Amino acid sequence: MLTWLGYFERFGKNFLHGAGVTLELTAIGLAIGFVLGLLLALARCFGPKWLQQVAGAYIAVFRGTPLLVQLFIIYYGLPEIGIAFSQNMAAYLALGLNSAAYQAEYLRGSINAIGAAQMQAGRSIGLSKWQTIRYVILPQALRLALPSWSNEPISLLKTTAVVFLIAVQDLMAEGKRAATATFDFVGVYLAVALVYLVMVFALDALLKFLERKTKIPGMDIETSR
Amino acid sequence: MPEPILTIKNLTKKYGENVIFQNLDLTVNEGDTIVIIGPSGTGKSTLLRCINLLTRPDDGQIWLDNKEITARGTDEDKVRQHIGMVFQNFLLFNHLTALGNVKLGLDKVKKMSDKEATEKAMHELARVGLADRADHYPGQLSGGQQQRVGIARALAMDPRIMLFDEPTSALDPELIGEVLEVMRQLALEGMTMLVVTHEMGFAREVADRIVFMEKGYIVEQGSPNEMFNHPKFPRTREFLWKITELYGKKEKEAD
Repeated sequence: MLTWLGYFERFGKNFLHGAGVTLELTAIGLAIGFVLGLLLALARCFGPKWLQQVAGAYIAVFRGTPLLVQLFIIYYGLPEIGIAFSQNMAAYLALGLNSAAYQAEYLRGSINAIGAAQMQAGRSIGLSKWQTIRYVILPQALRLALPSWSNEPISLLKTTAVVFLIAVQDLMAEGKRAATATFDFVGVYLAVALVYLVMVFALDALLKFLERKTKIPGMDIETSR
Repeated sequence: MPEPILTIKNLTKKYGENVIFQNLDLTVNEGDTIVIIGPSGTGKSTLLRCINLLTRPDDGQIWLDNKEITARGTDEDKVRQHIGMVFQNFLLFNHLTALGNVKLGLDKVKKMSDKEATEKAMHELARVGLADRADHYPGQLSGGQQQRVGIARALAMDPRIMLFDEPTSALDPELIGEVLEVMRQLALEGMTMLVVTHEMGFAREVADRIVFMEKGYIVEQGSPNEMFNHPKFPRTREFLWKITELYGKKEKEAD
């Protein structure tokens, strides 16, 4: 019944390599998504009207279409107009551009919650608009966003599985190869699922740690009022 | 003749069709404590926000130290350095300690060295009696203490004038006294202050002049004695009577 556990012995190295690629995809996708998402959120909250609309349109498009479609457009579509990426590069880009839209929404919510009042307080002592955003609003907004934003790394880690469709050698691709070799689809994919689960648990623990680490004494009381 | 620090002429502010105030004139002399009173929704807070350029007036001019700050091309950030503002809801930076709150402007606006900024900030915290709370976060302080940090934060910039927007309205009665005491001390030290408040005890005792505003107009202004004992308009008398009745009780409870 537990024969599938034996696959860790047989395919352990492959799974480990695949898991490494999956973590890499998650980390790079998350990083691209964070930088771009933060810019989008700032544009939506503080930008001129036209920029708010551009950012809003970006978010609507990338949240409103399947990641797989975005991935195929980047990998198969863009070369037609002369922009070609390697498989991994296309995967990083698709995951990052897609994640940015979601991260922008998490950040926008908390920036708005900290928002106008703290902006006034910052401006009142002579800080400029950007100084206030940098030193007053973002340090609070990022902390406030953390609990709900924590969904994103975990969701992204699992979402990376679609990139095996453009032949990126991630955990899913390794699993598929092992399944084809053994014809034991249930057993192999159970083993693969277990590896994903372990990674998610580890990531979750890391995020909880981060949440505790960045907590401001007394601030939870402040924001729940 | 004392020098006017702040001069307001013909100031008008509207939100759409809604006129907040119109053609308002007000002069504040160096060292004066002016208390603005009036029913809520008469534009007192909006007036303070206009002076601090947090909102733009629709018409009229404001001069600070004989420089028109409502002029086109004024560096607003620079003007605000010279005008301290204390908010009804404190609006402390919740991610920074009391010391961090007071230091931020010294650090980023005045570009002081860390040592200088810390010294200056500690001095301001001591001024409001909170030197021993320097490393506390706002969430760990009482409302009264938070507001005193708010005052220290504004004082740290060495403002020419301090604006107080109902500084004690969000406080429990037993915490009001400590904030008023700090303000009283500031007035004694000669700080120029413009205070919107319902604390009639403070107004009577500390104000050089009381300004009664209603529906966007200055109805009447004068010394506490004139205003409390010989108001020219029945409306002033009525309001003062009502507000003293209402808040006087609270003040007694607080003592």
